[in-house]
Amino acid sequence: MARTVIPANQAPAPSPKLNYLNNGHSLKSWLLTTDHKRIAILYLISVTVFFFLGGFFAMLIRLELLTPQGDLMQADTYNKVFTMHGMIMVFFFLIPVVPAVLGNFLVPIMIGAKDLAFPRINLLSWYLYIIGGLLISHVMLTGGVDTGWTFYSPFSTEYTNTKIVEAGIAVFIAGFSSIFTGLNFIVTIHRMRAPGLTWDRLPLFIWANYATSLIMILGTPVVAITIVLVAVERLFHLGIFDPRLGGDPLLFQHLFWFYSHPAVYIMVLPSMGVVSELIACFARKRIFGYKFVAMSSVALAVFGFLVWAHHMFVAGISLYAAMIFSFLSFSVGVPSAVKVFNWTSTLYKGSISYATPMLYAFGFIGLFTMGGLTGLMLATLGIDVHVTDTYFVVAHFHYIMVGGVLMGYLGGLHFWWPKITGRMYPEAWAKLSALLVYVGFNLTFFPQFILGYVGMPRRYWQYPPEFQALNVLSTAGASILAAGYLLPMIYFVWSLRYGAIADANPWAAAGLEWKTTSPPPTFNFDETPVVTWEAYNYDEIPHKERRVPVAR
Amino acid sequence: MASQVDALYIYLLLVSGVMTALIFLSVLVLAIKYRRAPGHRARQIEGSTVLEITWSIIPLFVMMTFFVWGAVIYFQERTPPADATEVYVVAKQWMWKIEHVEGQREINELHVPIGQNVKLIMTSQDVIHSFFIPAFRIKQDVLPGRYTTLWFKATKPGRYHLFCAEYCGTNHSGMGGDIVVMEPQDYAQWMAGGPSAPLQETGKQLFTQLGCATCHRFDVQGRGPNLTGIYNKPVLLEDGRTVIADENYVRESILNPTAKIVSGFKPVMPTFQGIVSDEQLNALVAYVKSSSQPPPGTAGLQNQPATSPAQPQKMQVQ
Repeated sequence: MARTVIPANQAPAPSPKLNYLNNGHSLKSWLLTTDHKRIAILYLISVTVFFFLGGFFAMLIRLELLTPQGDLMQADTYNKVFTMHGMIMVFFFLIPVVPAVLGNFLVPIMIGAKDLAFPRINLLSWYLYIIGGLLISHVMLTGGVDTGWTFYSPFSTEYTNTKIVEAGIAVFIAGFSSIFTGLNFIVTIHRMRAPGLTWDRLPLFIWANYATSLIMILGTPVVAITIVLVAVERLFHLGIFDPRLGGDPLLFQHLFWFYSHPAVYIMVLPSMGVVSELIACFARKRIFGYKFVAMSSVALAVFGFLVWAHHMFVAGISLYAAMIFSFLSFSVGVPSAVKVFNWTSTLYKGSISYATPMLYAFGFIGLFTMGGLTGLMLATLGIDVHVTDTYFVVAHFHYIMVGGVLMGYLGGLHFWWPKITGRMYPEAWAKLSALLVYVGFNLTFFPQFILGYVGMPRRYWQYPPEFQALNVLSTAGASILAAGYLLPMIYFVWSLRYGAIADANPWAAAGLEWKTTSPPPTFNFDETPVVTWEAYNYDEIPHKERRVPVAR
Repeated sequence: MASQVDALYIYLLLVSGVMTALIFLSVLVLAIKYRRAPGHRARQIEGSTVLEITWSIIPLFVMMTFFVWGAVIYFQERTPPADATEVYVVAKQWMWKIEHVEGQREINELHVPIGQNVKLIMTSQDVIHSFFIPAFRIKQDVLPGRYTTLWFKATKPGRYHLFCAEYCGTNHSGMGGDIVVMEPQDYAQWMAGGPSAPLQETGKQLFTQLGCATCHRFDVQGRGPNLTGIYNKPVLLEDGRTVIADENYVRESILNPTAKIVSGFKPVMPTFQGIVSDEQLNALVAYVKSSSQPPPGTAGLQNQPATSPAQPQKMQVQ
């Protein structure tokens, strides 16, 4: 092995007295911090709040749909509930969750930097997110919005009398949070890598966040502009989208999906990065086809911008436009498939442990595969005409956006929890929750594929009685899923006080983040590391002979 | 059409099922076979460009079969046969207003005979809706300010769900109805019930009442173009472009006459925006179309794709 400043197999250093967590206890030391790790914690708390808020709305939806009649709430209320569910989950949970929590914490550490390139802008990102979040909460409490998260015009611009402009401003502001985070990551990854950490040695999590950041800074401004146009038409009745004023309603859909399709990759790419880290560690192997996995992230970011009109096959675009977009949509299938095949191949001749993070990684592969394959069905024109705007689509995007993203996020959170907090989570409970999430998720969303194919449209408050059986199954699954999501929340908090003390590298994992203490000191490393090894050099890291520390 | 969509769906399910089984089994087998055991060490493998290319190309090839098959069905779904009987649909929050060319009107119900191609010419009075018949596997968004079309041929008598599939506000989930498919003789009986004038007759009356006929004369060339035989034909515009005089062009020329001026004419026509309702507009369009129809018997031949030089544009009839 080459001589390095920090040898890959060095024994973990004892936890120091001073780390980023105990370096200041005042509220001010948190709210005005520029430490990327503390900002990650701020994000962790705030996205969790929004996750459970969005989840609460999801449960209201599932309860209403338990019976065919609209009996739990009024139609208007139901419309506001699914709108708030979508807006909160998409803009205030799924988009920020992995980059802003895990990415914020890990990107600088993984590349051996002291912080992100612009620590103050990083803090500003969080404040923008919070301002957007408070505004959307204000909208929610003072009447809500009833357009669905898609804001389709002319309904949103000329017909609904709910708080479109306010909700739009909330999304607009949160969008800038996302733009700043993307900017920060790109500059950091370009300029602040440790000596020796060349592009082909970067962890795949960094590659994934890099690709995500590209979409954030290229795509988000478009949705911001679209929101401004909606507000302008709504407030001043300038004809942009409403044909009655001389506008074009399809223009709105083009602009909206130009961002909102790539936004799916903002959500799922970072989770894919997490999964690469998990599989490498728990199979103790270099990721099979490292370069292809890295490049497939960039390919998804690029191709993701070329497929937006596949949301509009029945919207009234021309026959030939539809064919071109259908064709291009399949191009996204290739890099997605490449990733799945490479993860699977990584298992070959590995030494695989079934720790909780790995269970989530398996879960990700399963759900993402099903979400991806149903995505191919939706890209197929003849099928899309029938199933678009039905529960088939709802099931499909939940498999990707909830199944995929949350599996990756929870897997990553378990994996890096000892690094973030210095404590281990209780393994048995964690395995149980991973199982509950997987079973609950499939029970909730698989019946929706069938529901969609037999014709139940989405965003329906009441439905013909023949759809009830599948809806009941789905609601039953949702309650298991809810338990699966609540459980980690409880034991994570519990572990902060009672969890076993984690050493610097409890998983014997590769990666610079495991070479500093748990939790890391404020500036991450006492000495800037010099990297002389490839990512995932598991052959140079001995197996951990003793068992992972268990909670008392 | 439904059986074709189902056949493709079954093919997709089979391919997806095989892929899913392959991946799930591989993960399962590998995860068990190479589980962590004392003394067992992982063997590092770099990767394989050959494998990467193989598993990029093969799925791409399989996906192209999805694409082609799906596109073929879509092409058929978007190309109404020339002999289709026409039904005008006006959507509004939250109902479907339907008018047959024979003049029969209905709300939230559409009666059709089996074995007959039916073409729906649809528009919305307010927001975007979507006309969805799950049993026929077809759907088309219905937009304000323009026509979109949809066609089908029902093969089995019965009542089928009609849903609005594009979220349109408070009572979106109540904006449904039935497609009633009848035997031809029952349909003829239904059609005979109730007083009604053919849509083109209504259109003809409007054409006179609104004063259209003073400029658009059918005998000689007036201040406006003679509308005889223009429907579905290419029209040379003042700015040198050529458009097909389809339903959308006729509609636009009534609401926004100066947008596409026919070559050789002055932009003198006033707009009828806000003066004619969507239903009246449909009647006018039906009338202009009827003035272009050849005598009964040769109906349809006129609109055969082969005779239209600018076929692609015609496909884009929204």
